[in-house]
Amino acid sequence: MRHDDWQPTCSARALKARAQLYAATRQFFAERQVMEVSTPVLAAHGVTDPHIPSIAVPAHGYLQSSPEYHMKRLLAAGSGPIYQISQVFRDGESGQRHNPEFTLLEWYRPGFDLQALIDETVALLSQQLSQQLAQQLARPPVQQHRFRDLFATVTGLDPLRAPLADLYQASPDQLPADLDRAALVDYLMATRVEAALPANTLTIVSHYPGWAAALSRTAPDTDGETVAERFEIYFGAMELANGYHELTDASEQAQRFQSDQLRRQDAGLPAMAADPRLLAALTAGLPDCAGVAVGLDRLLMCQLGAPRIRDVLAFPGDIA
Amino acid sequence: MASYSTNEFKSGLKVMLDGDPCAIVENEFVKPGKGQAFNRVRLRNLRSGKIWERTFKSGESLEGADVMDVEMQYLYTDGEFWHFMNPESFEQLPADEAAVRDAIQWLKEEDVCTVTLYNGAPLAVSPPNFVELEITETDPGLKGDTAGTGGKPAKLSTGATVRVPLFVQTGEIIKVDTRTGEYVNRVKS
Repeated sequence: MRHDDWQPTCSARALKARAQLYAATRQFFAERQVMEVSTPVLAAHGVTDPHIPSIAVPAHGYLQSSPEYHMKRLLAAGSGPIYQISQVFRDGESGQRHNPEFTLLEWYRPGFDLQALIDETVALLSQQLSQQLAQQLARPPVQQHRFRDLFATVTGLDPLRAPLADLYQASPDQLPADLDRAALVDYLMATRVEAALPANTLTIVSHYPGWAAALSRTAPDTDGETVAERFEIYFGAMELANGYHELTDASEQAQRFQSDQLRRQDAGLPAMAADPRLLAALTAGLPDCAGVAVGLDRLLMCQLGAPRIRDVLAFPGDIA
Repeated sequence: MASYSTNEFKSGLKVMLDGDPCAIVENEFVKPGKGQAFNRVRLRNLRSGKIWERTFKSGESLEGADVMDVEMQYLYTDGEFWHFMNPESFEQLPADEAAVRDAIQWLKEEDVCTVTLYNGAPLAVSPPNFVELEITETDPGLKGDTAGTGGKPAKLSTGATVRVPLFVQTGEIIKVDTRTGEYVNRVKS
């Protein structure tokens, strides 16, 4: 055990920038009459999504990987538009841009469609990215692409139709041999496509493939393919925001939870019970709404030009 | 041997890959939005010295490699093997040419080297960072030249050739940095 590593890994400037970011975020939502809420970080259920590993707390349940379920219960109870800045947890996520505990800004807008929420998210991000410690900079340019088009432009391959062998071929790295289409497309997205996004620009990606719907609605696209009503926003190559036109259909949600369980079994992951209170809230009626989560640590990295998430955290996981 | 999951990967960890012991050089976590997470890993194959790049699905694991570094004294070579001794236990171990390949031109009897053992046998030998060796052959240089500019090649007792300043003469002992192969200074004897 080293005892000379008690000091924060981030600079005083980064601490100050975080305080300012929180204050500006609260002002942004106060002006829009969106109410701040606080929901549990420790709760009985985790998420069923096989790609989001929850941290179990024996005898208590799980540290929450997102405030989504509880916020949806508030929406179903008639809260109206709400936001929250919360600490969330994902087991094993550690790297240049990942820390097992990180800060999410999440908000929900009853009555908004996806584009209305995209516009509001861009407004918040571009305001924050053009402000660095009271210094006013130019607002970043914004571009928007459909997932399928962007993927094809960068890789030359159709993510929905290209043979798996071609997707393997397009990978910059030697990959495990047993990947399915979704995993291959994910990998190319996270390596080649992200790397090709223009610097200092907000890139909005929408119309995700149906398999990547998670908790969003799906709808047929103009070309007849099923797409998820989901978007992501990148600043340069950094993924900052993930938003949905939220699924409100309780029976479809229950089905997705069940198919998650099967995928968990196939992957040899521990079973994870679906949250019955979320399903009950959806059954009672979630208002038509759109919701988005923004990684505030990463937004700070972009504001400060910091290459590693530990440059903006007071105490990253290894010295927490 | 224990096995290590991707979330335990860190630089320096010794693992088995394709039957060879490897040391992790770099581990990068890659995760797109909501999808499968991966670890992009750079490993040094400890047998060949080559760098391998591999991508794993997060949660996969690799068997640990029974590899450790010990300080051992170089004794002698019989032409086929290079013999090292553990100065504490006096245990002697022979290293083959593949293990000493990168160190061979710096090996001087009685010098203490770092020997990487795999399953108890020498896999690689690293020479000390600095060695003091005698010059066996170099052109006579100008006596007055002390600036050390330009220099000339000098052959050392172990067979290595380094560039030395013009004033350094055959028979003198010099200190060399084995990581760069560069002359450091003359050693007063």
